[in-house]
Amino acid sequence: MSKYLQSADSDWYKKRLTGVVFLVLAFFLILIARLVYLQVIEGDEFRRLSENNCIRLQNIDPSRGLIFDCNGKLLVDNRPAFDLSIILKDAKPVEHTIEMLSQYINVPATELMSKIIRKTGASSYAPILLKQDIGRDTLAAIEVHKYNLPGIVVSVKPRRHYIYKQSAAHLIGYLGEISSDELKSEKFFCNKAGDYIGKFGVEKKYESLLRGKRGGRQVEVNAAGQVVRVLRTVKAFPGHNIYLSIDSLLQQKAEELLEGLAGTIIAMEPATGQILAMASSPAFDQNAFVNGMSHKQWDSLISNPFRPMENKAINAEYPPASLYKIVTAIAGLEEGIIDENTLFHCPGYYKCGNRVFRCWEKRGHGKVDVVKALSESCDVFFYQVGQKLGVDKLAWYARACGLGSPTGINLDYEAKGLIPTADWKRSRTGIGWQLGETLSVAIGQSYNLVTPLQMMTLISGIANGGIRHQPLIIGKVETAEGEIVSENNRKVTGKLPASQRTIDIVKKGLWDAVNKRKGTAWIAAHIDDVDISGKTGTAQLVGRKGGDESAYKDKIHKFDHLKPHAWFVAYAPSKEPQIAVTVIVEHGEHGSSAAAPLSRELIKTYLSISK
Amino acid sequence: MFDRRLVQNFDWSLLGLTCVLSCMGLVTLYSAVTAGTQVLQMEYYKQLIWYLVGLFFLIISFLFNYKAFDQWGHVIYILCISLLVGVLIFGADSKGAIRWLKFGFFSIQPSEPVKIAVIIILTRHYSKHTNTAGLTLRELINPFLLTMVPFFLIVKQPDLGTAIMIVLIAGSMTVFVKIEKRSFLYLIISCIISIPLVWFFLREYQKARILTFLDPERDPLGTGYHIIQSKIAIGSGMISGKGFLQGTQNALSFLPEQHTDFIFSVLAEEWGLTGSVMMLIVFLLLIIKGLNVAYRCREPFGTILSVGITAMIFWQVIINIGMVMGLMPVVGVTLPFISYGGSSLVTVMICIGILMNVSMRRFMVE
Repeated sequence: MSKYLQSADSDWYKKRLTGVVFLVLAFFLILIARLVYLQVIEGDEFRRLSENNCIRLQNIDPSRGLIFDCNGKLLVDNRPAFDLSIILKDAKPVEHTIEMLSQYINVPATELMSKIIRKTGASSYAPILLKQDIGRDTLAAIEVHKYNLPGIVVSVKPRRHYIYKQSAAHLIGYLGEISSDELKSEKFFCNKAGDYIGKFGVEKKYESLLRGKRGGRQVEVNAAGQVVRVLRTVKAFPGHNIYLSIDSLLQQKAEELLEGLAGTIIAMEPATGQILAMASSPAFDQNAFVNGMSHKQWDSLISNPFRPMENKAINAEYPPASLYKIVTAIAGLEEGIIDENTLFHCPGYYKCGNRVFRCWEKRGHGKVDVVKALSESCDVFFYQVGQKLGVDKLAWYARACGLGSPTGINLDYEAKGLIPTADWKRSRTGIGWQLGETLSVAIGQSYNLVTPLQMMTLISGIANGGIRHQPLIIGKVETAEGEIVSENNRKVTGKLPASQRTIDIVKKGLWDAVNKRKGTAWIAAHIDDVDISGKTGTAQLVGRKGGDESAYKDKIHKFDHLKPHAWFVAYAPSKEPQIAVTVIVEHGEHGSSAAAPLSRELIKTYLSISK
Repeated sequence: MFDRRLVQNFDWSLLGLTCVLSCMGLVTLYSAVTAGTQVLQMEYYKQLIWYLVGLFFLIISFLFNYKAFDQWGHVIYILCISLLVGVLIFGADSKGAIRWLKFGFFSIQPSEPVKIAVIIILTRHYSKHTNTAGLTLRELINPFLLTMVPFFLIVKQPDLGTAIMIVLIAGSMTVFVKIEKRSFLYLIISCIISIPLVWFFLREYQKARILTFLDPERDPLGTGYHIIQSKIAIGSGMISGKGFLQGTQNALSFLPEQHTDFIFSVLAEEWGLTGSVMMLIVFLLLIIKGLNVAYRCREPFGTILSVGITAMIFWQVIINIGMVMGLMPVVGVTLPFISYGGSSLVTVMICIGILMNVSMRRFMVE
């Protein structure tokens, strides 16, 4: 304490306190002066403004970004919709106004009143929505009788419009009214009740880019609720425009081909991973979601056994069937179990222990090498390769080929698929892996499940010489003024676990499948002017126990839902592929007859467009 | 031993002022919630219970000798800081900010009692380390750290209003115990220099937020609109007011948070200049009374403690009322006794209890 000149005692503090009192008084004088200014000097003006609660806020909704295809063709835009609301405080008397209104818009007055009653308790200055999207004729009638309808306001709201009904519905998605849960979440902090937000597909995934920024204005209104003066305006900013990677002509062709079928067609550019078309059938009308859907419409969508709300390209899982032989072939070649000269004999069946595994070709394929096995889809050849590899080796190759895990496409609800291993089965069922199951896995039956998009990245990888891409759905994003925000470049997610030599052998097999007379897709996919390579698959949904062929055929002919799914993957031209295609037709029976022709047609269309 | 002088010295005027303000608060809150929904009206009864809880704490706060704060100050401080840390870890979300700790059927806002903890810890420090020449920069380091820890914890929530209150309280106390002249000069100069430097490093959106904070008109759809509505409400009250329950601005739920931060505009609309000035005068009397307690106390600890508490009430009144009249940036600061909210009410009641405590024990020194 010695270094202090003098320690502070209470007398010293007392002196300081007198200064404090003056300071406090000064601050309070400022507050009182301000009160006098507001309540006495400006009082009359503020009283006038308060009388009818003149200062109100109005929203200016931003216009949502447009969606184009890769060639700049407009797919989704906004059209003006006129909404009818009532502001109770201005509508005096309310009953009379509603009665007048009901005549003009042909809605019973009781129905309108019930909408108002439901909103009691809310501020009487908040507009209550009476009817959405009134037609131009009704609008004209309302405008003419405006002075008989105090408190009735018409507001223009941009409404989403999907130009090509049902086209690319699953990819583009749709808008819906924001839910109360979404309103509470951080993500939608700048949204208000009644807003429409993306609920599905690109509309949902790119909501933050498409949305734009809300604006508004402070206005002064008169006793009838009409705007007298705009005090301040905050501009709304339109959302970004999105260019999809799809080509709408090709997309429409794919949808045409799927007409009346359940299934999906995907087309990809092998060099970049860009999705050129992605159709899932049956589809739905996106405009119905925006314009309001009846319960009946919704129920029929939900209860439809062909699941129109599902994007079968990415949400659905199917047994890969014979397409999986591509994986088995790669694994066999890479592990040195076979080479291009290895021959197996196929008598039409394969005995393993005391069980007999059939080849789909009862008469057998005779001497088979790997190329012939792929082109004629010989089961016996792959049983033996699979047996030598074991299930876990096979699973490793399948995973490395991108099967059994999401491809990373920027859409929600992507399914994972399933690639079984011995451990997986033990932890799942408690039973050890059986050798027989390995044989089934090797030809793509058993527990295997893949999504069509996973198959797409695999076949596109074969086509481009071994590179796996993340499937791209967005070409570029631009501001409303046309400035480029982002341009998606290709993104490589990995390499196929195959040497150039292995890929060449597989490619030869796939070429033979389409272009050799004995190939499984010769009849269905071969055309003279285009050089296509491909692989068929037939995913059985019920087993043929004990080789009882006639019982099996009986069963699947009686019940359509037991018929196998038909697969076809292809690329063209074989030398320098420009397009790779994956098709699955649910319950189409044979890959060769049901799926392959669709691929062929799509490829023909694409090559003729791109010329 | 019970000392009869304690009863003789009991500060009835402090209790009286508290009762007057509480009544004004209840009446104003009643008109603020009447216009609202059922939920809001439930809040009114909840607030009634909070007044009783507050009264209970007020009594507790004057029962023991305030010198105990000198002994236990650091414990209270550490306890409050850990509550703040608890909020950041376990806190409950409300409108994007995490300020609450839930305990079964009620929840508390620890940033409120932290204000008292800071007052006590600084009092403890300054009562031992001051001299008439004032504090040098070196001597300011410790109080600075003691203030900044809760400050940053509260900014993190984020609750800018309370954080600013903490700095204002600590600043007022520090200036009161005197800063050495040269050090004071250095402090001011370094502040002036650092402002443009900090500004330079801020991101664009942070700058925009600060500009809106200083000038609400920049945000005509949010804060700017609130301020205009609040000014209309106050101004339209004119000299005599529109009368109890007759306020239209409030009735239409046009005022944002009319029962918490903006409650003064409800009062000003219904009771006019007469009522508003009356409330200001009662607040002024309370503050003068607080300074008087400090004046009459004969030892530094009690004096500095009273000054700190009075500073807290003073700044809350000035900032809250200045804000609703458009004189100050909009920050979430409650109006003591009047605004809805349990934690803030109990805190201010404890403060009054402490003032009474110091006041009734003034004879005990020497």
